[in-house]
Amino acid sequence: MTLSRRALLGAAAILATPSLSRAQGQARLLVVGGGFGGASAAAFARRRYPELAVTLVEPKTRFVTCPYGNLVIGGVRQMGDITHGYDGLRAKGVRVVHDWATGIDAAAKRVRLQGGETLEYDRLILSPGIALRWGAIEGYDEAAAERLPHAWVPGDGAQTLLLRRQLEEMPDGGVVGLAIPGNPFRCPPGPYERISMIAGYLKRHKPRSKILALDAKDAFSKQGLFQDGWNALYPGMIEWVPANRDGRVTRVDAAERVLETEFGTRHKVEVANVIPPQSAARIAIEAGLTDQSGWVPVNPVTFESRAAPGIHVVGDANIPGPMPKSGYIANSTAKQAVASAVASLRGEAPPQALYYNTCYSHVGEDYGISIVGIFRPNAEGTAIVEVPNSGGVSPRGDLPEQRRLEATYADSWYESITKDMFA
Amino acid sequence: MIRMTLAAAALAAWAGGAQAQAPLVAEGCIGCHGPNGAGAGGVPALAGRDRAELVALMAAFRANERPATIMGRVARGYTEAEIAAAADHFARLPR
Repeated sequence: MTLSRRALLGAAAILATPSLSRAQGQARLLVVGGGFGGASAAAFARRRYPELAVTLVEPKTRFVTCPYGNLVIGGVRQMGDITHGYDGLRAKGVRVVHDWATGIDAAAKRVRLQGGETLEYDRLILSPGIALRWGAIEGYDEAAAERLPHAWVPGDGAQTLLLRRQLEEMPDGGVVGLAIPGNPFRCPPGPYERISMIAGYLKRHKPRSKILALDAKDAFSKQGLFQDGWNALYPGMIEWVPANRDGRVTRVDAAERVLETEFGTRHKVEVANVIPPQSAARIAIEAGLTDQSGWVPVNPVTFESRAAPGIHVVGDANIPGPMPKSGYIANSTAKQAVASAVASLRGEAPPQALYYNTCYSHVGEDYGISIVGIFRPNAEGTAIVEVPNSGGVSPRGDLPEQRRLEATYADSWYESITKDMFA
Repeated sequence: MIRMTLAAAALAAWAGGAQAQAPLVAEGCIGCHGPNGAGAGGVPALAGRDRAELVALMAAFRANERPATIMGRVARGYTEAEIAAAADHFARLPR
């Protein structure tokens, strides 16, 4: 025996330091919400920190993604292609509880479930998604959405399929109207990809039809690229009306399918897709995590709620600074949040943060465009900033090979990120 | 007995260390290049590639010296140290 007892104890101490054992057992990470933020967090936590006990609370047994939902609406993908289950996470050792989280007790570190169970945690990752602000557009409530679908919170997929069915039932020569919200909202390029996919369907099956896109903004994500693509693929079919030309929809008449704008213009359409203004999901509001904007302010390094440190809020519910409310950002920030939560439990500083985003959009089936963004906290850790001279949108111009490749890369992104979350 | 315990401890420490070294920066890549950098559809695999090749590719993308669909825009967001760390990680993974 050449090593002293002290050296041995020292080695044991070094090994013990990074462990996550608690007096009563494993450290407990609770994840609420099984979408892009929550499923990414749970999968990553089990992969990187196998010593952690991970529980995921999600009411639905099947998750329908928002990404690629526009391709289902356009008829080039099926609902089954965008629906995922939680067996992969179970196989990774995540305890998956299908129930609604109804309340958070931040002081006691407990989450109450509708079914009666109460879950205790050491750290909470909250990824609750968004709520639609019913009534923000006069006349647009849950009943109206059964006639004028939003198809923006997919739920079980019914809203997506309702919009699809209405397009199928519309006669050739009809007008499809869209109401598009102001910033911030889930998936900034999403409405414009939707316009593109609807236009593709109409061009193939109902070529005399038109799309009237009424927007509460004067500019939108990847605007030049989208409009180039619309001119190339769907000339004359799409009219986009910005806010400064009376594009903001303030009232709807669901029975008559009328979209009424700020200055009183009434647009009667055959199919109406109303994407209303949004906020963080209800549980975040009820837990007191949101500010007057309706979204959750977070620490740019750890993604802990400003109102309740110890609760890391990821996904579309938070205020992400210059980053978009996108699936990729939810995935990227969820991993930083988990790593920060573990560092905190170990008494360590959070890891250096870097957030990564690529959003692909389909303009046509073989015509893809993208925006890339790489972001970091500033030196003070007080704000998130985009890395200068990086990222940006696809080049403009007549570039068919670029467009074709980006459409295939979009498919690769969908396959990769959903495997990362659910495989 | 103690020597064996130390050997096991050293192995555990090494395994833990290797895991900790899988850099967070590499997580950004797998959203397109697939879990473990295995590739997906038209997006090439990163796993098991030569480290120097990956570093050289990223340097060429950064400098606009290589035609890119999106990787030029991506590569300019990372420091050389981050690229090296990600390349180390993917080069160690089985092809």
